[in-house]
Amino acid sequence: MAVVEEVDTPARETRRPDENVVLDVHDLRMRYGTTDVLKGVNFVARPGEVVALLGPNGAGKTTTIEILEGFRMRSAGEVGVLGVDPAHGGEDWRARLGVVLQSWRDHGQWRIRELLGHLGEYYKPYSTERITRPWPLDELIEVVGLTEHADKKVAKLSGGQRRRLDVAIGIVGRPELLFLDEPTAGFDPEARREFHDLVHRLADERTTILLTTHDLDEAEKLADRILILAGGTIIADGSADELTRAMSTDAEVRWTRDGQRFVHATQDPTGFVRELFREHDEAIGDLEVRRPSLEDVYMAMVRQFEAGQHDAAVRQFSEVTR
Amino acid sequence: MSTGSAAYAARIGMRRGGLEVRHTFTNSQDLWNYFFPALIFLVVMFFMRGAAVPGTDFSLGSRTLPSVLGMNVAFGGLSTLMMSLALEREDGTLLRAKAIPNGMLGYLVGKLVLVSGMTVASILIVLVPSMFMLDGVALTSVTAWLTLLWVLVLGLVATLPIGAIFGSLFTNPRNAGVIMIPVMGMVAISGVFYPIQSFPEWLQGVAQVFPIYWLALGMRSAMLPDQLAAVEIGESWRQLETVAVLGAWAVVGLVLAPWVLRRMARRESGSSVAERRERAMRRVT
Repeated sequence: MAVVEEVDTPARETRRPDENVVLDVHDLRMRYGTTDVLKGVNFVARPGEVVALLGPNGAGKTTTIEILEGFRMRSAGEVGVLGVDPAHGGEDWRARLGVVLQSWRDHGQWRIRELLGHLGEYYKPYSTERITRPWPLDELIEVVGLTEHADKKVAKLSGGQRRRLDVAIGIVGRPELLFLDEPTAGFDPEARREFHDLVHRLADERTTILLTTHDLDEAEKLADRILILAGGTIIADGSADELTRAMSTDAEVRWTRDGQRFVHATQDPTGFVRELFREHDEAIGDLEVRRPSLEDVYMAMVRQFEAGQHDAAVRQFSEVTR
Repeated sequence: MSTGSAAYAARIGMRRGGLEVRHTFTNSQDLWNYFFPALIFLVVMFFMRGAAVPGTDFSLGSRTLPSVLGMNVAFGGLSTLMMSLALEREDGTLLRAKAIPNGMLGYLVGKLVLVSGMTVASILIVLVPSMFMLDGVALTSVTAWLTLLWVLVLGLVATLPIGAIFGSLFTNPRNAGVIMIPVMGMVAISGVFYPIQSFPEWLQGVAQVFPIYWLALGMRSAMLPDQLAAVEIGESWRQLETVAVLGAWAVVGLVLAPWVLRRMARRESGSSVAERRERAMRRVT
């Protein structure tokens, strides 16, 4: 029974077929019925870049990722993934992508080594001079920290071990572009640390990574660049530092003087502290400067955006009723 | 997809199927599914062995054996494939296959090998003990084995695509069980356990539209002495008609299945799997 025989469309040229652009999203739009979920999303990602896509629930993160993975058709806009339109990506394109899926109870009867060995075989014909596919089995199992469980049945794994297996399956073909959707949900702190090391290692090997997470601390640690998606558009695009500066969120300075505690919020903590010492010098103790975290910046941005949207709605409403 | 890479993925799929057949012998659920129905059939045949096929002095139990094997082929092709497609769509196995180059092709080939392997296993589990228990079953000639083989293969080709279509249409594996009710009805009218000549003609007509009747008849033609053809409808094994009806089902299925499967596969995504998981979890708690 010859089924699911994908038609091999030749790799379509995208807007700018550029070796140095892995993800090229231009004016991406998605509409379900009459609801616009994505209203013109723009961003690019370059080789070896780790990009975190953040945003409130329902902002369209999953929709965006699924369009890029080629699992969902877009309504409008131009998208290039490894220089190919994902709506027409063939099997050779698919071989260069890694997708880490949330597993549940699939392949429960398989043993880890057996499953990874089997899935890896699909990638063998897609080896290139630069990249040998698949990842050597034992090395891969070691990289995700499952060596001592290699002969266990998948159904017998703990939640964290299953998640590591998901990651292993995602990277078994040595992808040039990796999609990670909530990769560390359910990880303990140690597993999380090991996973972060793995992401850095992949990025060093020029794997481009697009990840979504609700853990802003993780995004700050892992991502070279952060995209905030809200209301169907990218409302911020830059490194954690750049976003912090752009929002000019206040830093917090804490100190004690004569046994009394003080807190002050300022946009120029250095200047403030210099002034503080000039005035009180040795009387100052327990000095602490807390820069705004990505979380503070994120919350401020999303709130500002939502307030802006609210204002716009009010304006529109008053125009109509006037 | 070039022919070369498709052939390569199909080979991986065959190994996948082989591994999965082996897995079915290592867990209690699958072993139960093999042996429990087999045990029931064996008990039924044991108690029927003394009765005679109407109009002959041939053991009714021995007539039932090939009919049950034919029914097993239909069950394998229809329900085993249907249930496992519906389940593996829900648990994300299919989406994983979709995320891998040529993974869907490998997955489907694997599934066909798995279901065929399971069907052969379930046939052997009934057949081997029966040979010691029942008299008159003649599987001694090469022709008999060849007939059994072509009925088996044609039966799988006729029923697997239908199973794949139904498996793709149900989004909830727990609803897929509903389809078993009409299948059971078909078993009842298809003369598996008793000849149907005493049924009203229209009911005989209905039975002869579906593959179960022909699979049972085909197996009887392989395994029973030729004089028993006299008590079949038309007083013949009607092998040409068997080929025609099963062939027709195969053609219809093979035309529709790729289209239905492609449509189903296209709709798989992380969020659709997540949605189904949520739904299943709600049911559990």
